[in-house]
Amino acid sequence: MTEKKSGLNETLHLAPNIYDKVEKIPTRNGFGHGLVELGHANKNVVALCADLSDSTRALWFAEKFPDRFIEVGISEQDMMGIAAGLAAVGKIPFLSTYGVFSTGRAWDQMRTTVAYGDFNVKIASAHGGISVGADGATHQSLEEIALSRVLPNMKVIVPADYWESKKATIASASIHGPIVIRFGREKVPVITTEKTPFVFGKAETFRFGNDVTVFACGPMVYEALIAAKELEKKGIDVRVVNMHTVKPLDEKAIIDAAKETGAIVTAEEHQVNAGFGSAIAEVVVEHYPVPMKRVGVIDRFGESGEPDQLMVEFNLKSTDIIKAIEDVLSRKKK
Amino acid sequence: MNYSVPDMKKLATEIRKDIIRMTCEAGSGHPGGSLSSVEIMVSLYFNVMKHDPKNQAWDDRDRFVLSKGHVCPVLYASLARRGYFPPEELMTLRKFGSRLQGHPHRLKLSCLETSSGSLGQGLSIASGMAIGLRMDKKSPRVYCLMGDGELQEGQVWEAAMTGAHYKLDNLCGIVDVNGLQIDGRTSDVKNLEPLADKWKAFGWHTIEVDGHNVEALISAFREAERTKGKPTVILAKTVKGKGVSFMENKAEWHGKPPSKEEAAKALKELGETC
Ligand SMILES: Cc1ncc(C[n+]2csc(CCOP(=O)(O)OP(=O)(O)O)c2C)c(N)n1
Ligand SMILES: [Mg+2]
Repeated sequence: MTEKKSGLNETLHLAPNIYDKVEKIPTRNGFGHGLVELGHANKNVVALCADLSDSTRALWFAEKFPDRFIEVGISEQDMMGIAAGLAAVGKIPFLSTYGVFSTGRAWDQMRTTVAYGDFNVKIASAHGGISVGADGATHQSLEEIALSRVLPNMKVIVPADYWESKKATIASASIHGPIVIRFGREKVPVITTEKTPFVFGKAETFRFGNDVTVFACGPMVYEALIAAKELEKKGIDVRVVNMHTVKPLDEKAIIDAAKETGAIVTAEEHQVNAGFGSAIAEVVVEHYPVPMKRVGVIDRFGESGEPDQLMVEFNLKSTDIIKAIEDVLSRKKK
Repeated sequence: MNYSVPDMKKLATEIRKDIIRMTCEAGSGHPGGSLSSVEIMVSLYFNVMKHDPKNQAWDDRDRFVLSKGHVCPVLYASLARRGYFPPEELMTLRKFGSRLQGHPHRLKLSCLETSSGSLGQGLSIASGMAIGLRMDKKSPRVYCLMGDGELQEGQVWEAAMTGAHYKLDNLCGIVDVNGLQIDGRTSDVKNLEPLADKWKAFGWHTIEVDGHNVEALISAFREAERTKGKPTVILAKTVKGKGVSFMENKAEWHGKPPSKEEAAKALKELGETC
């Protein structure tokens, strides 16, 4: 019998003021800083980029460790192969470009060279999500989770904020094998602190709750927390779980939530089809079916627009999570 | 209708102003590589290509494929100035709901032949068009504009082999050789030279030309038309940011819009009178 807890998880050292004056930093900066730290700590860490080094923040590593930085030009498929070759001779390569080009353009190379061969390649996928903004659909990557989680040997991390991005980057150097880590372009709320634990493969309950669970990844964790706070006013007790590791999934956290709260909502800035919500649904359906609703991009390409405006237009706000919660609660067995 | 060279020179300046105004208003976008492609686009849309803004779906129109999709400001401005849509619409670039997406989308704007934004893919599409048109014994020609950095994509060279193998003399590639990409000079990032020799070795009729000289460009396009049994590539030597002194030859203006003040300065240089 688990004790019925409520409210934010105090043991995780989350950021104070999450609900009012929250600081905002792009997650790609966490990658940039994490990579520089790795550069100091481990001389085998090398970085690659394909003509986007400022955008992906690989430039910060390049400035500190020019001899361990490989600029490949606009050649993403080449980059994936070079990274595999570097791994084959004992390096720990971090390649970086936009998610559409790493997990998309170079997918076959990622599949057959990197994943099939289980090479120790870290794939930093920048500009994930609709919030890329004005560049539009071609640059708004909405498929990385689907494209990478389908591959055996592949691991996938979608960090929620700056600190988690930095920790995930650093942690990934000591986890063997290929890993896709997804970052965003825009500034997003910093909801954790340097002290918040990050354990690869372990979901963290950011907010306790017993009526329904929201599993979220990336900056949608913040939206989920806002939704939970709002629903508190209506007496609805929402559990919010930060699922930074999308593969392998923390199945126990999912099954526990299904049993204990009886209803599940997922939230991702990504296609729901074959994405994060679908991954959770696979576990729920096989182990403990309960009413579920997936919040995310529903089978459409992105568009040009202001990041905030697009999050509203594509139904990716806390208000959309609230609607989804109300929907699953109406279907939940009393 | 073919425009005269002096008319085209005036249009080039108008289009440069459009590019500045559009990217300034949008607050993002790619002025550098748009400005370097102005004369190439003007030669094609106002002289070389057979097309009809009043009959956009005309079967026998020449086809244009913008492979370096990020320079859509120059394409949109050329289309608007040529009568495909009202120039006022240019100011909606990159805004939510606009037909003028940050990278071209053919389902939004029907006068576009393709959607693009992921580099290196256009020449393959253009080859497919050229092959298909030839199968049907149709006369249209197919043009494809690429960036020089873009040539680092392997797919471009796969397409280069296709074009030569299938003797696509109805296909003409144009490379905007401005010497710059995002991370710096192409020669520093990943060297392309000897570029003309590469295309020649791949079996293409290769013409090197001053990419800001409309007459020279037009005569290169005519030479391409006369060349039989192989595709032609025009290597157009240009200046990235051309026409705006503080943008010229600077990698940082690849994907940065001018501020209001910078735009005013640029428009003044381009001879805005208002
Ligand atoms: C496949 C792919 N990789 C990376 C990018 C990001 N990107 C956009 S423009 C650009 C540089 C292009 O340089 P170049 O082809 O020389 O164009 P220009 O100088 O004419 O602007 C890059 C790397 C992209 N759009 N597509
Ligand atoms: Mg260039």
